Amino acid sequence: MKKKLAMALALTLVLAATGCAGGSSKPAEEPAEEAVEEAAEETEEAEAEAPAEEEAAAEVAVMSHEEYMAAAVDDEVCIETYVQATQSWWEDKITVYAASEDGAYFIYNMACSEEDAAKLTPGTGIRVTGYKAEWSGEIEIAEGATFEFIDGEYVAEATDVTDLLGKDELIDHQNELVSFTDMTIEPIQDADGNEAAYLYNWDGSGEEGSDLYFNVSKDGQTYQFTVESYLTGPGTEVYEAVKGLNVGDTVDLTGFLYWYEGANPHITSVTVK
Amino acid sequence: MMKSIVRKVSLLLVLALVTAPLLSGCHGARDTVAFEVPETFDTSRQYEITFWAKNDTNKTQTNIYEKAIRGFEELYPNVTVNMRLYTDYGKIYNDVITNISTGTTPNVCITYPDHIATYMTGDNIVVPLDDLMADASYGLGGSEVLFDSPSQEEVVPEFLKECVIGSNHYALPYMRSTEACYVNKTFVEKLGYELPDVLTWDFVWEVSEAAMAKNADGTFKVNGQKVMIPFIYKSTDNMMIQMLKQKGGDYSTSAGDILIFNDTTRDLLYTVAEHAKTGAFSTFKISSYPANFLDAGQCIFAVDSTAGSTWMGSHAPLSDISADKFVEFETAVRPVPQFDTADPQMISQGPSVCIFNKDDHQEVLASWLFTSYLLTNDVQIAYAETEGYAPVTLKAQETEEYQDYLSRRGEDNSLHYDVKIDATRLLLENTDHTFVTPVFNGSASLRDAAGQMIENVAKSVRRKQTVDDAYIENLYKEVTSLYRLDSISASAGGKADLGPLPSTAKALIGGLVLVWVLIGLYVLKDFAAGKKNA
Repeated sequence: MKKKLAMALALTLVLAATGCAGGSSKPAEEPAEEAVEEAAEETEEAEAEAPAEEEAAAEVAVMSHEEYMAAAVDDEVCIETYVQATQSWWEDKITVYAASEDGAYFIYNMACSEEDAAKLTPGTGIRVTGYKAEWSGEIEIAEGATFEFIDGEYVAEATDVTDLLGKDELIDHQNELVSFTDMTIEPIQDADGNEAAYLYNWDGSGEEGSDLYFNVSKDGQTYQFTVESYLTGPGTEVYEAVKGLNVGDTVDLTGFLYWYEGANPHITSVTVK
Repeated sequence: MMKSIVRKVSLLLVLALVTAPLLSGCHGARDTVAFEVPETFDTSRQYEITFWAKNDTNKTQTNIYEKAIRGFEELYPNVTVNMRLYTDYGKIYNDVITNISTGTTPNVCITYPDHIATYMTGDNIVVPLDDLMADASYGLGGSEVLFDSPSQEEVVPEFLKECVIGSNHYALPYMRSTEACYVNKTFVEKLGYELPDVLTWDFVWEVSEAAMAKNADGTFKVNGQKVMIPFIYKSTDNMMIQMLKQKGGDYSTSAGDILIFNDTTRDLLYTVAEHAKTGAFSTFKISSYPANFLDAGQCIFAVDSTAGSTWMGSHAPLSDISADKFVEFETAVRPVPQFDTADPQMISQGPSVCIFNKDDHQEVLASWLFTSYLLTNDVQIAYAETEGYAPVTLKAQETEEYQDYLSRRGEDNSLHYDVKIDATRLLLENTDHTFVTPVFNGSASLRDAAGQMIENVAKSVRRKQTVDDAYIENLYKEVTSLYRLDSISASAGGKADLGPLPSTAKALIGGLVLVWVLIGLYVLKDFAAGKKNA
């Protein structure tokens, strides 16, 4: 009987433990961690599913940069280009600065797995299919574009556009890797009127990790440049270098000629002279 | 014999004691113990609490948070508040989700109730605030609180009610806003229309289409420019939600049943498609900030939050466009367009504050004290004045200081910017016309889906694709899959009624009872046999 009792107790415990572990299939009773992970993955998996309209776009012929620029906003486009830099991968999307020998591109939130994102190193060839868009002056391939890897490699050299600052011709170099030489760091004011060599966010409302904004001048004209934190965040050479700038410094700058209601270069390197 | 019985009973007791925690430990093993309000706040100890805050990329708002922290720390020198700033609710949400799994949530967090419902998928993650609010010593207006705390009755009831999830309050409102339609009144009149006090959707569509007329050189007649997007909506989530509410269309039940995929939604999407196709309508995601177009005379109806009012108008104090792009016009602030002007309906939105549970209940109490400090008049009035926000307490709204602020509309283009104060008044005067959508685990996804349908339709017609019944059916399927709406739990946030026990659980419990009965019988039998032998 004692053995039977022990067996009954043991079985009871096993059954009870099994019952607890199994729980219910109702989402409301999911363990916290699983539910949280599920919520975090929700968008990732969903975004990975390409809409039918994008699949259909695969048939579009590959365009030259000139043909791409001539296409109307909302037209389907297909380009072959080479990665120059990427912003942080996030939820199966990645923003790409790309260039070919005949021109440069900005590809916003391109559909991309984390595994593929790791392969999008500078120089990597990609064929991108999507829709042309314009957002506050920036000509780009709209969110949701798809891509495939292609052979070949190309890394663009920076074009010095210092002399084009303030001129209409500057926009012809939109999205290209460009450089500015012998620029002077000017003070930038936050919302309280305090002056500094740089600000976190445009009005100083940010903190470490936010975009950096700083003013530079050439021939008496002042321009605002940005260090885009998703491209080159804290710890990168340029982010730290800009934090070390002083008003009056003379600098050479390199970056991608992004556009937002006017030229808004995303600076990727700073050399203090 | 008695010794034997005692041993057996003792053995059973030991077994029971050993097994009880094993069984009870199965549920909530990783959870923090439910919070209970301590009787007193132990000021002999030091507390360090983290506060994740959101600002509208606005330095003044950052300053107000910092001042609030300093003010609080002066009153409670044993509490240190470390702030982390965000400019995006979505980023806060993602970071909180990540930190729940690692047990590193902040103490206090600016958030939306929709998000809290997801945080609550784990037990005791978010602190229910009912007991704290009502606590005589440390609650709202409590006797031991070292600042002029509003009483619960002094919090705007509509705003406080928005923080109820299930049957408890899981947040305090911090600021409230709604959406406004910022109108280029000059252009409306130039097109031959008179601007009504309450816009209808028909009026907005009609004027927008009229504004698409072009000159022979391709410029738009109304502004003489090459660019004109007459109607731009910033948050298409809100657009769909408000249209459905105004139409009496289904969206969801409070329990989390998804009802949005219906004929009313379909009709609304056809209307969106019609006007997106002509170029009369666009969205922030497609074209950029409505304010940039409005201020440049390239938009007539710009719908955005009242908390974005300082970016709107010919003389907007904040802007992303260069000074030479501004054009002169009269800006009017109106409620979002309505289907029934006699019964206007507008969304209530704005940040709330929740508290995450910790093992140290004194730390949670410190978090609560800081949270309730954010409702003091100084913080409420200062923050509300940075944008078109309304203070969430009647106590702050009714002060002479705040009333004076409102009365000085248009005195300058900074603190008393007329468009901003008009936007604020819009909410203050329509609080009883505001609504919020049901909150449940997954309601944030449903909100995203509502906006995504408008975005998809607008993008598709711009890309010359056909929007018909087949398209809409496919769209419903796509967004259902994209946002996993088919797997959302149909139970409200908080502790829902889980219904009757499943048969397996009943069988298990029955088995347990049976075994213990058999054990009892055995003991009794053994006892009787022993007595007989004796």
